Amino acid sequence: MIDVTIIGAGICGTLIAHKLSKYNLSVLVLEKANDVASGATGANSAMVHSGHDPKPGTLKCKYNLLGNRMYKDVCADLKVDYDPIGAYVVATTLEEEQKLDELINQCIERKVPYELLTGDEARNNEPNLSDDVTKALSLPTTAVVTPWLVAMAAMEESMLNDVELKLNYEVKKIERKDDYFIINDEIETKLIINCAGSHCDDITNMLRVSPYKVETKKGEYYVIDHTGKQLVHHVIYPVPTAKGKGVLAVPTVHHNILIGPNSDYIDDKDDVSTGSGLDYVKKEIAKTIKNVPFNKMIHTFAGNRPHIDLNDFYIQKDDEIENFIHVAGIESPGISAAPAIAEDVVETMVLPKFSTSIKQEYVKRKPYINMKKMSNEEKDALIKKDPDFGKLICRCEKVSLGEIKDVINRKCGATTIKGVKMRCRPGMGRCQGGFCEPEVVKIINKHLDQKIEDIKLDKNNSQIFCAYAKEDL
Amino acid sequence: MNLICINCPKGCRLTVNQVGEKIVVEGNSCSRGETYAINELTNPLRTVTTTLEIESKLYHRLPVITSSPIPKAKMMELMKILKDVKVKVPIKMGDVIVKNILDMNVDLIASKSINE
Amino acid sequence: MRKTDLLIIGGGSAGIAAALGAHDNGIKDIIIVERDFEYGGILQQCIHNGFGLHTFKEELSGPAYAEKYYALIKDKEGIKFMYNAAVIEIKDKIAIVQCAEGLINIEAKAIVLATGCRERPAGAIGLKGDRCEGVYTAGTAQRYLNKEGFLVGKKIFILGSGDIGLIMARRMTLEGAKVIGVAELQPYSNGLARNIKQCLEDFDIPLYLSHTVESIHGKGRLQSITLISVDDKLQKIQGSEQEIECDCLLLSIGLIPENTLVEDLGVTLDKRTKGAVVDETYMTSVDGIFACGNALHVHDLVDYVSIEAKKCGKAAADYIKGNKSKTEKQINVLGNGISYMVPQYFHLGEGIEFSFRVNKVFKQCKIHVTGVGIDKYVNKLGIVPSEMQKVLIKKEELANLNGELHWEVIE
Repeated sequence: MIDVTIIGAGICGTLIAHKLSKYNLSVLVLEKANDVASGATGANSAMVHSGHDPKPGTLKCKYNLLGNRMYKDVCADLKVDYDPIGAYVVATTLEEEQKLDELINQCIERKVPYELLTGDEARNNEPNLSDDVTKALSLPTTAVVTPWLVAMAAMEESMLNDVELKLNYEVKKIERKDDYFIINDEIETKLIINCAGSHCDDITNMLRVSPYKVETKKGEYYVIDHTGKQLVHHVIYPVPTAKGKGVLAVPTVHHNILIGPNSDYIDDKDDVSTGSGLDYVKKEIAKTIKNVPFNKMIHTFAGNRPHIDLNDFYIQKDDEIENFIHVAGIESPGISAAPAIAEDVVETMVLPKFSTSIKQEYVKRKPYINMKKMSNEEKDALIKKDPDFGKLICRCEKVSLGEIKDVINRKCGATTIKGVKMRCRPGMGRCQGGFCEPEVVKIINKHLDQKIEDIKLDKNNSQIFCAYAKEDL
Repeated sequence: MNLICINCPKGCRLTVNQVGEKIVVEGNSCSRGETYAINELTNPLRTVTTTLEIESKLYHRLPVITSSPIPKAKMMELMKILKDVKVKVPIKMGDVIVKNILDMNVDLIASKSINE
Repeated sequence: MRKTDLLIIGGGSAGIAAALGAHDNGIKDIIIVERDFEYGGILQQCIHNGFGLHTFKEELSGPAYAEKYYALIKDKEGIKFMYNAAVIEIKDKIAIVQCAEGLINIEAKAIVLATGCRERPAGAIGLKGDRCEGVYTAGTAQRYLNKEGFLVGKKIFILGSGDIGLIMARRMTLEGAKVIGVAELQPYSNGLARNIKQCLEDFDIPLYLSHTVESIHGKGRLQSITLISVDDKLQKIQGSEQEIECDCLLLSIGLIPENTLVEDLGVTLDKRTKGAVVDETYMTSVDGIFACGNALHVHDLVDYVSIEAKKCGKAAADYIKGNKSKTEKQINVLGNGISYMVPQYFHLGEGIEFSFRVNKVFKQCKIHVTGVGIDKYVNKLGIVPSEMQKVLIKKEELANLNGELHWEVIE
């Protein structure tokens, strides 16, 4: 009998697992995809909002504010990147300036640090801001992170401390017994935490009529290469509207620039295609930023956010079924809120259900080996210890064989080409894997013992191999 | 009839006319163009290249080339008979890998040396 | 710190020829840094024939061309290869090389960039639709097929009529795949005429001129693409969409010189070639740093890469030996019809062969070259953007220039 089963290995599921891994409890994480962070966590604006923006009184507001204050320590603990670069919310009209005043009032109430800049002051720091910008609200506690690495690191450390992860495991059926659940006729568990993102309502519907319906909102983004002068150094927001935060420019922790997202409802929860949203994004960004180097665009993507009709996060114990906890509707600012959600869920909803204790021994994960962060002396010493670090595989992002081997030979390690790319970046650069992908295939083949025929780009039916030469003649 | 000469990257635009028994070629910059045009009307020829499986420490495939052009119509047939050909090291560039393919008096030769 | 006279980055066709040029001109201490475990660069995966007609007077495959060219330098004393080694940074004239022994600093009197080019990926054109497997640049598919021995698709559609795409249409057909068609945005092909003939027409593969791929579809694996036609302003014609079933889309939509190493050095890049701005000695805007081959501008023929790189190596050797001071700078001014010119500027003294491309198809035209003391017409027949053009201007013709040389195409 498993104590706690978490459905969904996105940022909430994995951070909850991580929090629980510190206790003497048996914890299982079920994920339908072949890697963690495969849904909304893997495709978003990759940042921690300051908490200036959510509607007062909402869970979004509460957890965003708490999460923002926790993030630095969470990232340090998990040994992943955190860069508090700050943000500007820029106004271009009198009307928008008034909206900035409202945001300032919220900042004061919420104790969110801020500064109001004139257009020229803002342009002084950010020369590529549009000439139309008249005022900017500076929010220094805004940070950029790599959300999928937060999730991967949290899962890895959880697994080092006996949390079990089942990938490629789709929950199709849940039965409620007297004081436990049976999942897919085979897993018995005392408590379930539903972190299934876009599919939270589907999971709930297996037990009762779901009190909410998850709709999917898609956001599309451009990725600009990190070569040359950086376009902007802060996250640049337009003034928010009823529709949301608008189209942002986000300098990522790796110094790429993300431009996006739009926000459109879609019918198919798993549809991450790009389309007309990109045209909208291009049009919108021109209002706040000039000289966007779209000629240095290297990638476009779309991410889906689970939106529920209650217009807020839905985080609570189910009111009918005992020991069934909802973590649903985690759209923006979900990444920002996740650490606070995890803490609250574990401390107020899970731990009171068990008489348990904190583990005496706890294994900390080692950070991914990242040569880009090393001095030349450190790199040299590393290569002398292991020559695999001398073999450069990805020339655009300068990733060595040793670094790739490190991310596949781990708990919660990469098993696909995308898995490797998300963890240590070969293929993230300007050639988008044109040169290094065949090398990564060989590495997966050799070190994970996967047959060439089976190696996947991403999802389970995305094998790159189609036929041997002359096989079909 | 208009043709594009494939002998070299220049890609000369050739005009070919039958005058009585004779085929007259215009637009070519060298004699190979004329030969090409005449062949193209009577028996089009193509050089074929492919790779074959090789047992080697460093390589999976050995690039090979026909020693001279073969009839265009025979290209796919040639590919089919190469399906199960496997090569062992060492190989020197120019080595004959398959002799007299399809009895055409053309050999398939290695276009790279692979020692180990 | 290691020291060398000449450091060449890249051991492909350009790097080898640059070494030959420098060695022939008296420089005997040369290091070539190569990422791969062997020389030849991208030639090693270009197993088709068509290389070497100028250089060796015979038609060779890519690997054979590399092997024959390498034979020219193999026994020359003082040319050393570092394999499995990558230059990760250049500071002044010190290159930091990452290899199995560690990070090695190499100080050189001159550096030649022979880093080749890379393909424009799907992300660079914002290809719309699903994020599915089965979209490859033609060169990557070529690598998988020719070096690893497998096909990345069975029903292929190709976007862009660049030569690699055309070559891959033939290669994949011969190896058992079905190539359904090739779409080209422009109203003319971007590949060599011979490749349209022997790679497409020979196999009855249709070429859709003035067409592009509007979007791609498929969950997991690619299932289809939407093809759309464009008007003479390259704008999509709504209503002309057609869906084509395929499991693989190859992209042959352009090559970009690889210059990221030197961007930080302050080497001025040409917006048009996306390579360095160079003078007639192939020296970039940074003293002692040279560039040649596809890292300088994308060539159509490897033979031309070799010729250019050999000249570049020779010039780098002259530089190392401290030969000749340069005269006043002369700038090429590009007029109607010329899309780029290499070198971008030059100094007087010798005759110069200029390489350039035109920006549209010209059936019959003249290249008009003017400046003080020169008013010259060069007749050209049927020139297209996909073919690099060369014009030699003699020393005497340039003798009286006073700063500018103007170029234009007259139809």
